[in-house]
Amino acid sequence: MSMLMAYSAQLINLCAAVILLLAFAMLAQRRVIHLIDLFALQGFALFVSTLLVAWKIGQSHLYYSAALTLVLKVWLLPWILHRLVRKLEIKSEVEALINIPTTTLVGIVLVVIAFNVATPISEMSSSVARGMLGIALATVLLAFLMMITRRKAITQVVGFLAMENGLFLAATSATYGMPMVVELGIALDVLIGVIILGVFFFQIRDQFDSLDIHHLEKLKEH
Amino acid sequence: MSASGAFAQIFATLIGVALAPLLTGWLNQCRAWLQNRAAPPLMQPYRMLHKLFHKDVVLAHNASPLFRFAPYAVFGCMLLATAIIPSLSTDLPLSPAADALALVGVFGLARVFISLAAMDVGTAFGTLGGRREMLIGFLAEPALLIVIFTMALIAKSTSVTTIVETLAHHELVIYPSIAFAGIAFTMVSFAENARVPVDNPATHLELTMIHEAMILEYSGRHLALIEWAASLKLYAYSCLGIALFFPWGIAERDNLFALLAALPLLVMKLALGGACVALIETINAKMRIFRAPEFLGTAFLLAVLGMLVNLLLEARA
Repeated sequence: MSMLMAYSAQLINLCAAVILLLAFAMLAQRRVIHLIDLFALQGFALFVSTLLVAWKIGQSHLYYSAALTLVLKVWLLPWILHRLVRKLEIKSEVEALINIPTTTLVGIVLVVIAFNVATPISEMSSSVARGMLGIALATVLLAFLMMITRRKAITQVVGFLAMENGLFLAATSATYGMPMVVELGIALDVLIGVIILGVFFFQIRDQFDSLDIHHLEKLKEH
Repeated sequence: MSASGAFAQIFATLIGVALAPLLTGWLNQCRAWLQNRAAPPLMQPYRMLHKLFHKDVVLAHNASPLFRFAPYAVFGCMLLATAIIPSLSTDLPLSPAADALALVGVFGLARVFISLAAMDVGTAFGTLGGRREMLIGFLAEPALLIVIFTMALIAKSTSVTTIVETLAHHELVIYPSIAFAGIAFTMVSFAENARVPVDNPATHLELTMIHEAMILEYSGRHLALIEWAASLKLYAYSCLGIALFFPWGIAERDNLFALLAALPLLVMKLALGGACVALIETINAKMRIFRAPEFLGTAFLLAVLGMLVNLLLEARA
């Protein structure tokens, strides 16, 4: 047990690295179904890292947020998204505006920027996981990139959720988590957001016979 | 240069030259088993070399001296690479001759020679193979270099022997960067050694072959040297992978007993590694040539991520 304690800081770093890797995998993923699975995996890595931070510093409220992550991001949200994909009968591949190798190269540049920006901030922080701040920022930027470069509404929603993962990671690493009220509020917001967007998907599809949000640019009053 | 160092150098190089075709044979055997085919004997590559060395060389009329010189140059490059990489011992007098970056250059030199020779006779296949080889090479090289940069950052040296010594003596620390670098290195070595996701070493189908297309014009002892050099390249890459990522058990300075003990361990690691390569080759389909840039782009991405993670998370550790 004590050996695990000694390695916990390194394990937290490993989790952070895995989260970053999964962010890239999501950026490079072509299929919607796999994208959702990757999102669930990222949520699981986030759960493990939160659990480790909670255990290392012995703060009980972080256990609650870890449990919340597990229920919401590993089980509930992927389940809702899978159901949406099934109901909307989305089978096609993800359509990207820029081709995927270029997107990942842009992603590398974003990671370099994020690390550079985060280094002076994380030096001021004294928490166990200060190195993770750069990774959290990179995850947020990569999720942004995914939202920008994708056409279909559902991949944009996954991007939005992945961004929330990054923010959560930043909160855990820099300040040992947000107050419970804020965290619960965000979790509820995300959940409601996904449900509302799910309804939107049906509306968009009914209107245009497609989930390509490109059509939304041509909206006009008749 | 100590006497034991010289002995270790000569011993390791000779073992490499002798073992390399065996590794190829073992790989072919594992592949055949996994694919439910009757396996060729383990010694098949040696018989092949024996047969080719006894055959006459047939040269095209318009072959230049470069065409005849290239097999020797390629074999020499691979021999040098095998000598520099610490497979059995880190006490190698030759190792100051080239650090890890120069090692990539040695592989690059061999690639330039074999591609030039392929284009020399002027057949369509040779030119096609040479161009494809350069395409793969120019994408694989940066990824390999960044893997080496990551390891050099951890060991604070670009000398392969120093990297291996540092990593072998390190207390157990979890380096996410080494995991990333390891995956990237595996992908690069599959591409560089003409293995299945990128190239099929057994095919002679004109649309897909890369390495085979380049050596179609060769015969006799020239072909034997090129085949042997290909085996040596596979051996060198395997040893480099073992040295960088599983360095335990490699002998060090002035220790002849450890040198002898390292040999069975190396054979065991190579046998395991060969079986893994055969497994990966069996479960993957060969991808289209236009997907190869994406495959190697992923390797580059992983390598860069490894280096960045190393700079951010592990620099102060």
